[in-house]
Amino acid sequence: MTPKIELKGVAKRFGAKVVLDGVDLSVDPGESLVIIGGSGTGKSVTLKSILGLITPDKGSIKVDGREITRLTGRAREDVNRKFGMLFQAAALFDSLKVWENVAFALIQGRGLGRAEAKEIAIKKLAKVGLGPEVGELSPSELSGGMQKRVGLARAIAAEPEIIFFDEPTTGLDPIMADVINDLIVATVKDMGVTTLSITHDMASARKIADKIAMIYKGKIIWSGRKEDIDNSGNPYVDQFIHGRAEGPIKMELAK
Amino acid sequence: MNPLALVGRFVIALLSEIGRIFEFAMKAVPLAFMPPIYGRLIFQQIMRIGYFSLPVVGLTAFFTGGALALQIAVGSEIGAETLVPQIVVLGITRELGPVMAGLMVAGRVSAAIAAELGTMRVTEQIDALVTLATNPFKYLVAPRLIAAVITMPILVGIGDVIGVMGGWVVGVYSLDYNSASYLKNTADFLKIGDVTSGLWKAAVFGFIIALMGCYHGYNSKGGAQGVGAATTNAVVSAAILILAANYMMTSLFFGGGR
Repeated sequence: MTPKIELKGVAKRFGAKVVLDGVDLSVDPGESLVIIGGSGTGKSVTLKSILGLITPDKGSIKVDGREITRLTGRAREDVNRKFGMLFQAAALFDSLKVWENVAFALIQGRGLGRAEAKEIAIKKLAKVGLGPEVGELSPSELSGGMQKRVGLARAIAAEPEIIFFDEPTTGLDPIMADVINDLIVATVKDMGVTTLSITHDMASARKIADKIAMIYKGKIIWSGRKEDIDNSGNPYVDQFIHGRAEGPIKMELAK
Repeated sequence: MNPLALVGRFVIALLSEIGRIFEFAMKAVPLAFMPPIYGRLIFQQIMRIGYFSLPVVGLTAFFTGGALALQIAVGSEIGAETLVPQIVVLGITRELGPVMAGLMVAGRVSAAIAAELGTMRVTEQIDALVTLATNPFKYLVAPRLIAAVITMPILVGIGDVIGVMGGWVVGVYSLDYNSASYLKNTADFLKIGDVTSGLWKAAVFGFIIALMGCYHGYNSKGGAQGVGAATTNAVVSAAILILAANYMMTSLFFGGGR
């Protein structure tokens, strides 16, 4: 079976700082992979490389077996049509109403009429538990949790094959975080899509993952089924999932 | 540090910035002519860039025309009554109309565009566009460039009329000139080329204004401070480029120098 997403030896440096040092990763169709790791270990850069927001220096990224690493212009847009993405701070367009945000890919990308797109947008909002009246609001009028839900509705609106989640629970209270986790699981299972998430929230990772991979210093140092993460035998993973300050991972603090 | 190295570093930084701006413009301009053309967005920008700049441009032109008339009248006692309308109309249409409007709109619009795109950049809204299979150059940059190039000549045309009117008001009500002969002197002396050269300038200034706003906003980084810096850089660079382009176009249209 061709993996849905496959990364081989992806490397990226910014100036002298090596951010990705040969990342190998593979996600099967319909699978949910969660990448865990501390801040600044290369999680976001990995995600942005797949989306084409950053071009890696070396390595190969394939989607459905097709090399996409250096695609630009129309070819890139065609690949990105398979993607949906939920951003950490939702990244809703504040110049547009909520429903226009959700319908964005339908109107701009698919050329749907506004009335038709609005109908679909309202259905997608209902899927994430928001009423049609929310659609008329501006994103700045929403709470953080509601913005995340609208972001999720926007990500699923155009029926993508792959959805990316960037820190889906960061900045939310524990209850809202769990609501978002449940929504992610529900929508994803419902649609049968492939997902790739990055997070440092272990509760969220355990809930939404089939497989977990841990990234450290720009490399994947462990990956496996989520059931196995408690007996990984990897001291780095153990330190991270138990959130210990002591261990092989040293925080680089100036003393 | 070695002062020569400092000079060298400055020149290299300047040249690479010019290169980046040129590359940015080359990415956006062809897209402005390719379908799909976002009519709705272009109209929105025409309103924001053009229509809402009318009061600023009108007031600037009025007072500039008035001050110009007063200044010339004071400087030349003999024959001032024929000289004032002629110099006012030429000064406004050829130079002051487009330049003053350009600088005022740069302050208003370049800053607004840089702040808006800069905020979209730091809140990942521009990244979000890409993930929604929409080219930000097409969706954000091209409509602003088109709107600015279309509206600036219209603004300057209106500004020309108001500027001449400013001179006329001062001439008739403050200097006691004859109204009919003021207008006749204005019309007799004015050639169509004086106006069109100013309108060409206006179109170029419009491009500069939108390009600087978009370039600095699109490439801003580092949160609120970065957006602030982008806004400042957009206005300053737009103003300098407008003045430099104005000199070059004056020398191109009217010769002079060597």
